[in-house]
This record gives sequence, structure tokens and C-alpha cells, in this order.
Amino acid sequence: MQSSIRGFGWIEMGGLHAYLPARLARSGIALTGMYILMFWGVVALFAPLIAPWDPHEIDFAAMGDRGFSANHLLGTDATGRDMLSRIIWGARTTFVVVPLAIGSAFILGGVAGLAAGWYGGWIDILVSRVGDVMLSFPALILYIILITSFGPSLTNIVIAVTLAYAPGVARLMRGQVLAVKERDFVSAARAGGESGPYIMFVEILPNVGGPLIVDLCLRAGYTVILIGTLGFLGLGLPPPTPDWGGMVVEGVNFLSIYPHMALLPAAAVTSVVIACNLLADGLRERAK
Amino acid sequence: MSILQIESLCVAYDGAEVVRGFDLTLKEGESYGLVGESGCGKSTVAFAVEGHLAATGKVTSGSITVNGTALTKIAEPQLRRLRAAHMSMVFQDPVAALNPTMRIGDQLAEAAREPADILPIMDRVRLPDPEALLKRYPHQLSGGQLQRVVIAMALLSRPSLLILDEPTTGLDVTVEAEVVALISEIAAAEDVALLYISHNLGLMARVADRIGIMYAGQLVEEGPVRSVLRSPKHPYTLALLACLPGRKDRAPGTPLPSIPGQVPLIGALPRGCAFAPRCAMSKPGLCDVDPPLRMVQTGTDHFARCRRLEDQPPMSKEQQTPPTRDLRAHDTVLEIDGLRKTFGRRGLFAPPPVVASDDVGFTLPAAQTLALVGESGSGKSTLARMLIGLDVADKGTAMFDGKNIAALPAKDRPDSLIRQIQMVFQNPDGTLNPAHRIGFILARALKRAGQPHGEQDVIRLLDSVRLPATLADRHPADLSGGQRQRVAIARAFAGSPALIVADEPVSALDVSVQAAVIGLLSDMTAAHDTAILLISHDLMLVRHVAQHVVVLYQGRVMEQGPADAVFKAPFHPYTEALLASVHPPDPDHVVSPLDAPDDPGPSPQDGCPFYNRCHRRLPQCSAMPPPKRDAGTGHAILCHRELQDLVPPERT
Repeated sequence: MQSSIRGFGWIEMGGLHAYLPARLARSGIALTGMYILMFWGVVALFAPLIAPWDPHEIDFAAMGDRGFSANHLLGTDATGRDMLSRIIWGARTTFVVVPLAIGSAFILGGVAGLAAGWYGGWIDILVSRVGDVMLSFPALILYIILITSFGPSLTNIVIAVTLAYAPGVARLMRGQVLAVKERDFVSAARAGGESGPYIMFVEILPNVGGPLIVDLCLRAGYTVILIGTLGFLGLGLPPPTPDWGGMVVEGVNFLSIYPHMALLPAAAVTSVVIACNLLADGLRERAK
Repeated sequence: MSILQIESLCVAYDGAEVVRGFDLTLKEGESYGLVGESGCGKSTVAFAVEGHLAATGKVTSGSITVNGTALTKIAEPQLRRLRAAHMSMVFQDPVAALNPTMRIGDQLAEAAREPADILPIMDRVRLPDPEALLKRYPHQLSGGQLQRVVIAMALLSRPSLLILDEPTTGLDVTVEAEVVALISEIAAAEDVALLYISHNLGLMARVADRIGIMYAGQLVEEGPVRSVLRSPKHPYTLALLACLPGRKDRAPGTPLPSIPGQVPLIGALPRGCAFAPRCAMSKPGLCDVDPPLRMVQTGTDHFARCRRLEDQPPMSKEQQTPPTRDLRAHDTVLEIDGLRKTFGRRGLFAPPPVVASDDVGFTLPAAQTLALVGESGSGKSTLARMLIGLDVADKGTAMFDGKNIAALPAKDRPDSLIRQIQMVFQNPDGTLNPAHRIGFILARALKRAGQPHGEQDVIRLLDSVRLPATLADRHPADLSGGQRQRVAIARAFAGSPALIVADEPVSALDVSVQAAVIGLLSDMTAAHDTAILLISHDLMLVRHVAQHVVVLYQGRVMEQGPADAVFKAPFHPYTEALLASVHPPDPDHVVSPLDAPDDPGPSPQDGCPFYNRCHRRLPQCSAMPPPKRDAGTGHAILCHRELQDLVPPERT
């Protein structure tokens, strides 16, 4: 394979990998993870077209046998809704909630960490101590308190995840900034009279990417589990929204008769989590 | 009998040959210096001998024989035993070579065959108070002491071959001189063969019996050190020697020659002679055609790989007159007085602060070059950081353009002031933001300087530092060290500053590139009427480019004055020690180490900071601060001795 490395770690290769960062394109592990995520992404995007049934529609004809059939390829759930369609629509839920939650956690935590690392002093103390306090709460208790007080909704789940993850992101970002801050190009920018925000966002931010991207992949995986857990505890998205965690909890009562009701959505959750971890591992390996 | 024999060795990384047909014979007790620019394959040769080639590296052909056993023919376990029995290595960075979590004694015990050897060897490498030292951890020792420990460790296995890869590059000059003398002395006493890898021709002149000049994976010249350095035959050797500042036949201020171009990339070798594209002597049709060149004998035991050996001009005595720089009464651009900076916490229980600068004072005339000289820890960089506003002084003044900038941080400086003082940093790897393109970096510099900053302006700026316009689209990682430093210089000159602070601008670059970058810096300062505050530990370079010299030791000015005066007696004992440690590329240069007391230790609270290392100290030196002695024409020395005592006896 003819390849030539250009700046920024992008690599020129033929075919599908042409526009991937070099780190990704050269790691089989990362690519595998990315393909699984891409599969679910496509499923989520085209859910209305792919899903054979309306995810909320109850098929009374299938009430007799809820197992696999020609009509319902993956069977139905306890209330007679099509499993395949609900898993497909569930992907959509996951691919809306997770990016929103992770995105806001990284924006909040990232900016806080940048400021703490760059300015130091009381900003650093404030960010670090507030973060410590939040991290000292067991995460699950934090969610339960938040969601039982404000009610389960997409916004509240996003807020809960943001608050739970932002301190960790801030801590990671702060460490990265402290390392990059000492390099000569930052000194050169300071001596050149550049403003704090300019140095933070233009000089430092592009150089802290690696570990943060790896962390982002891992946290995306945790968030999928978390939404599942919340759903399992009945604190997830309000029914009848198709939500993998919620589906597991509904199906668990029938585990001995119809194991597919709990296992299939659980498998979907697992595949996304594994994909996120593969991507993170692959990128981390390459980062060395 | 030969200890090490390498025959037509070829090493390839991922299929690309980096060492091509390398031959070497090293006899018992002999010392061989392998010299070349970075990327020439000299370290690869060492790694191949050590069996430490990177995972992608492979010996593709040829043989390496150590004490009669061919390394390329035996299996890994025997190889390991052989290495343990016959070879030791000393690398560049002693800090990385030692385990920071283990006591020195435990680490030495791991390497020792006989525990009883440890104390005598500590004595041999002249480490003071060995018993106490064995109980310490690496971070409690100085760089020079650490390198001695590493050498002691290498000798503990009683090797017959010691490989030294840039063993003193990270050390201060005075320490380097001591360590090098020590290695030679021990090697001679124990009959150890030495293979030195270095870029420093001056150092090799002192330590090597034979010397090999490597270029693009091949030896281009080899012979006895005297013969090679005195009558070099290959144009590359000639060019390398010409690049060095501080040759006696060259007047200060004469532009230094440099070698154009770069070492060819792996896998992109030109046909015929690899050096031909950069060679002033190359002749089309002769040098750039196949077949590859062979080594030709040119003297007693002296070989060179060149097709034009007969047409060589003799080593030219350069008699260029230095460009007469206008030395009329200049205005002063910078006037520093009583500058003091300490680091450390304040508070009742805080440890005493570290004094980085104390009572520093000098003046820098406009459009001239002043060199700040001193070892690491002498406070040179702290001073630079204060001038550009990255640190603020505790006390004292630095007058620039009628304003005191000593305690004015960069963020409080008006843009007009920032434009007037710019800095060139030491490390070309860190000075440019790896995430940005060169064009972006320079456009930003032009914008900050209040200049037009379109594409054409960036290209013009690149052109002023002799870089092609195509580089604007590249990232710093795509550039060589020399190119990056040129970009850094372009950035500093974007707004025609009145003062450039250059912190070791070339110390991380290859010799052939150093000269070009220093030349560029001189040209730019002449064109923009800029003054330079040059921070350097390289005395030969300083002597070549600076009009004024300030010698710093532990944050204090020990000696200052016009360059001519500082480099002539009377000397401050510290300046004398620094000068005695310089290695010109001359095998007959006698270095007479000054018998400084061992183990520097902390300097006395009052009194002269140099007391502990001074070879001329008097009893009162530790009790009273030294007086300033005026040697005329602005030349001042801080010493208890009278000026006439500071003239070293004539050396012959």
C-alpha cells in the first residue's frame, strides 16, 4: 500500500480510508470499532425506513407466540411490539442521547480544565475542588437524586451525565494543559503578547487532542451502559420511548420463557460499548 | 588482536538501507571516533554492534565480530552472554540511563561481577566520598556525577569494548572536559577499546586515535586522527571543519561557511557519490554516475571515498576581511542594573529561595551582539525570560527605550514594546506549534507586529530567511531542525525588532547547519539594525560573533567586557576554566585541566560563588564578596586576586 504521511498525521491511502486520520487508518482494532459504530449510526439514521413495524404498534396477532416468526423476525416484547423495530429505534435514542451528553460534558469539562490549567491560581482551585466534590459522590446516587427530583426526560439525563463526567474531563484536560503550557511555542505566544483565550484555544487546545479523544471514546461507551442502567432502574427515558435499557428491564421478567426479550437489547448495548472500547484502545495504541 | 571487526555491514530499517557497506577494525586499547551529522547512520552502527536495533531494523549483510565471535551467526542467548562479557555502553543522557527509584549502590551491584570492585571503581572515576554516594538516589547527584556513575557501571563488567554514544553532549563544557579526560585515562590503564559516536570534531581530536567520517550510511574518510584533521582529503570533511567557528586563521566576524542542503533521506540516495549534490567540488558526469564509489588510500593508513582526490585544493587559509561593522558611538538599546530574581515559596517555614540572578548589570549598545556565557544553572535563561516578560525581576532595572521593563510582564506590555523585543528559543522541536502550518504561524507573527500579513507577505518573510515559499503549507514536523530554527528567526524578525534575545539558538543543530543559522542571524541583525543578546555555552561561537561578553556564574556576573578583552588575560578564574575546556579540532591542542577542587558542593553563603570550584582561591574568598577590578576599556573582573595574578603562565 503506497502511503505518504503529510502533516497532522493524515495519511493518503486508496479507497475508503482516504480521509481517516493516520492513527485510525493504521489500527485494525480501531477500524473494527469504528465500523460497528458506523453500522449502528446508519441504522439510527434510517430507522423509519428500515424498521418493519412502528415501534409503538401492538400486534395483537403475535400475542400467542412472542418468539421469532416471519412477521416478527426477532419476536415481540411482552406487550406485542416488534423487537427488531424497537431495537432499531432504540439505536436512534442512543445515538441522540450519547453524543448530546458526551458533547456537553466535554465542552463544560474541557473549558473548565483549560482555564484551570492555563490560569492556575484561584480558578484552578475552584475548578479542582468543585470537581473533587462531585467525583466523591457515587455517580449512581447522583443520577438517582437528580432524576428523581427533576423527573426522567432526555434533558435531565443529558444534564446528569454532563455533571457526572465533566469533572473527570476537566481533570484530564488540566493535566494535558499543564504539560503543553511549558513548551516553547507557548512561551513564544506569551512573550508575543497573545491573550489568554487565544493561547488556550489556538495554541494549546490543538495539542491536547490525543488522550482526550481516547477518553471520549471510553466515556461514550460508559454512557451507553449508564443509560441502560438508568432505564433498568426505571429512571430512563419515559415509556414508550424505545430505549435499550428499558427494554432489558421489561424483558427480564420473561427471561425463562422468552430470553430474547432481555438478551437482544442487552447484546445491542454490549456491541456499542465494545465498539467504543475498541476504538479507544486502537487510538491509544497508536498514540504511543 | 582486534576487539571489534565490522565488515561490509549493511543495516536497513523497513527495507530502506541506512548503513551501506560499513567497515571498521578496532584493536585492543584503541580509541575510534565515528563522526557525522544526524541521520548519517552512526548510531545505527553502534546499535547493530550492541544488538539493540529497533524492531524494524535488520542487519541485511556483512558481519560483526567481537573478540573472534561473529555476532551475526550466533543465537540470542549466546549473544546476550557475549555482550555481557565483552561490551558496555554509555549513552548520552545519564539521567535516563539510571533507574530513579534505585539507590546508586544497588544499581552498581547489579552490574558488578565482584561486589568488591565497586568501591575501587568509584575511586577510579573520581567520585568523592563513595560510601555516602552509594546510598543516594540519582536525582541527588549532578549531571557530571551521574555520567561518572554510568561510566563506573560500564566498567564494572570489565569489558574489552566500550561504546560511547555522545557521552558528553548533555554536559556543561567544564564537566565535559573532565569526563572525557577521565574516560581516556581509564581506557588507557585498562586496555579497553573505545568506540566513540559523536558530532563533535573538536572532542574527537582529543580522544580518538583513529577517526571515521560518516555520511549517508557510509564512511567517506577514515584514518589516524592527526592525518584526517590536519590534511583532510574528502570535501565533506573539509566542509565540516570549515563550518566550525573559532578557527585561529579566521578573524572574528567573518561569515562562517556552511554546507548547503541536507543529508539525503533514507531511500532517496543520489547516484554515484551521496555527497555530490552538496559538494562544491562535484563534477557532473564524474561524481553523479554509477558505480558507487570505493574507498581509496590517500596516505599512510588514510582512506577517502571521492573521485576527485587529485584535484583537491589544499585546505584554504581564509583571509577574508571581516565586514567592517559600523562601530561608531552607538546608542544604548538595553541597560541592566542590579537585577535580582529568586525562585521559591515565601513564608515562615519555606526553604531559602534559590537565587537565579543577583546584581546583574551590563549595557548592550544598539545593533551589536552581546553574549551571555555560563554553564547550566548560571541564570542565563532566567535573564532572557525577564527581558521578554515571561518572568519579572524582584529588584533592579532593565531600561529599554526609556522604560524599566524588568518587572513588566508580557501581558502588561504595550504592543509597541513587544514588537521591539523578540526571542529565538533554543529547541527547534518546541519553538513552533506542531498543530499549525508554517504559513499560519508567520502570518500571525506579522499581524501581531502590525505588518501586512497576506500570503505574499508570508512568502516574502520566508524568502528573507532563505526558505522556499512551499514551506508555508507544511507543518513543523515536516521541517528539519535547521529549517524550523529559520522559521523561528523569521517570526522574531517579523516586526524589525530593536533587540533579539537568542537563547542557545543553534546548540541543538548539526555543525553544518549551525554555521548557516548563525550566518542568517548575523545577516538579519545587520539588515534590521537589531541588537542581539546571545545566550550560549559555546565559547568558540561567542568569540566569533559577539562584540561584548558577559560571563555568568550562579546568577552573578563574574567578568564582562569587549570580546577581545574577555578572551585575553587577565581572566576571571571561571572564564579561564571555561576556555580551558574548549576543544578546537586540532589533535595537537594541549588541554591542561585546571586542578579544580572535586565535588563543587553548595557555594558559600557570603563570599565568592565560584569559591568551591576555583583553582586560584584564597582564604578570604569564602568569607567576603569579591571586589570588582577594572581592567580598562569596560573590562571588569569580580575577583579577590589582583589583576596581575589572573594571567595564566605562558603555555607552550
